[in-house]
Amino acid sequence: MLRLLQLELQKLLLNRVSKILIFVSFILPFTVLILSSIKINFFGFFTLELGELGIFNFPIIWHITTFFASQFKFFFAIVVVSMIGNEYSNKTIKQNLIDGLSKKEFILSKFYTIVFFSLVATLLIALASFVIGMYYSSYNEAQIIFRETNFLLAYFVKLVGFFTLCLFFGMLVKRSAFALAFLFILYILEWIALGLMTWKSDFELAEKIQNFFPLKSMYKLIDQPFQRVMMTKFPDKAELAYDYAVHWYEIAIVLGWTTLFLFLSYRILKNRDL
Amino acid sequence: MESILAINNLTKKFGRLTAVNNLSFDINKGNVYGILGPNGSGKSTTLGIVLNVVNKSSGDFKWFGGNVSTHEALKKVGAIIERPNFYPYMTAAQNLKLVCKIKGVPYSKINEKLEVVGLQDRKDHKFSSYSLGMKQRLAIASALLNDPEILILDEPTNGLDPQGIHQIRQIIKDIAANGTTILLASHLLDEVEKVCTHVVVLRKGEKLYSGRVDEMISSHGFFELKAEKQEELIDLLRNNTEFKNIKVENDLITAFLNAPMDATTFNKLMFEKGIVLSHLVKRKESLEEQFLQLTDNK
Repeated sequence: MLRLLQLELQKLLLNRVSKILIFVSFILPFTVLILSSIKINFFGFFTLELGELGIFNFPIIWHITTFFASQFKFFFAIVVVSMIGNEYSNKTIKQNLIDGLSKKEFILSKFYTIVFFSLVATLLIALASFVIGMYYSSYNEAQIIFRETNFLLAYFVKLVGFFTLCLFFGMLVKRSAFALAFLFILYILEWIALGLMTWKSDFELAEKIQNFFPLKSMYKLIDQPFQRVMMTKFPDKAELAYDYAVHWYEIAIVLGWTTLFLFLSYRILKNRDL
Repeated sequence: MESILAINNLTKKFGRLTAVNNLSFDINKGNVYGILGPNGSGKSTTLGIVLNVVNKSSGDFKWFGGNVSTHEALKKVGAIIERPNFYPYMTAAQNLKLVCKIKGVPYSKINEKLEVVGLQDRKDHKFSSYSLGMKQRLAIASALLNDPEILILDEPTNGLDPQGIHQIRQIIKDIAANGTTILLASHLLDEVEKVCTHVVVLRKGEKLYSGRVDEMISSHGFFELKAEKQEELIDLLRNNTEFKNIKVENDLITAFLNAPMDATTFNKLMFEKGIVLSHLVKRKESLEEQFLQLTDNK
């Protein structure tokens, strides 16, 4: 396992473009996070301090940071599709197999890399959230701090799921640009399907079904936190209440998709003549 | 003899096209094999199948007696297919390091093999900056990293300039001299003739011949003749049952033998009949002529 991970890391880290993209996908969310956490003084006119809004309070901070950080997953998605696309365009996939890598090992080395980077991203976000939270949060009892850390698990599963989907599209179309286009098409298709189902039955049922779709199920893992922030401001407005928690079945759906995409990627490679 | 690779009734179909048809042959340790065939005869497809990159339609093949999985077996094989495939953004040494990781070979081999192909001084340059000849030599270094039991080369001199061709051939000869088994696919016959002891001849995916190079055609050779009295000579040859076929090109007569006969006997015979030869050469068909006979006649 370590051997396969090392292989892929060498391929990625010696490539300047993917190195920059990896760097960006890790650094950008942090810069945003750190910038938003410091007190910004607009030339003495007024000061903007997001921390005062209470969004850096435990436990809500776990929700907020994972939600925003996951918006940056697209950068690493480019890395994932190009790590497949490059293997095809350089024909190195063929050479790797001839040199004695099995098709299974080839797919696994990509998957381990995805898991590795998702894990690193999760740990970094956890660390940053913890530090910022400790600084701003008005609560500092361990019980409150570590409540809702399941958002971190959701974040990790979400990243692994999304990148495995990218891996699958990369294997399917062999070209990075087309794979990203497929991702976009899938996104549109999911919404068209929602529209059609709403038209045929009702919205509530349609949305329940849509929650099983790949992209929507990954999104559902971490629901948008805006409404929740509002709730903390106006606790008496009952109509704002919604279910933002991470549920086990949401994780199960995404893990199901991840397994399926990983398996399909292997099947595609197994049956393909290179 | 120790079996390296055994191919049994291997067939590959691409849709309606049959690229390899019921092919069987064996590769034994210590010999140098050539796979011969015109373009599109299924050479590369056959190699692709045994190298785990093309799926077979039916039949089977066994590496090293069949006790190991294909990808494990390939760690003991060195192979170059058509074009050198490396990561363009890595240097030669980095590319070889990656191959070492795949094959499970110590990094110390890298410098040793770069030395063999003469790329030591360029090892820290990016692969994308290499000329085709250098890329091909790097591919050979990469294939040699694990000191393979068998080296498989598919058209190794394709697209190279004469110097490059010469360098590659010299390297192949040196490797063969060390006792490494080699399987060389090519449509360049003199290449095969120069290095191979055994050949497999393919046409349209079917095997026409496999065996030793010198037994490819049971032939007794032919005479190339010139004489003043050309008409008489031709008549004489036509009436002699020891010759099966006579060809005339300008004033050069080529007479193919049915039975063994040496040049002295023939010369004596002609002299007795009153024909004085101005030109007499006894030859055996070159591999090229043999190959053309084999592929044309069927």
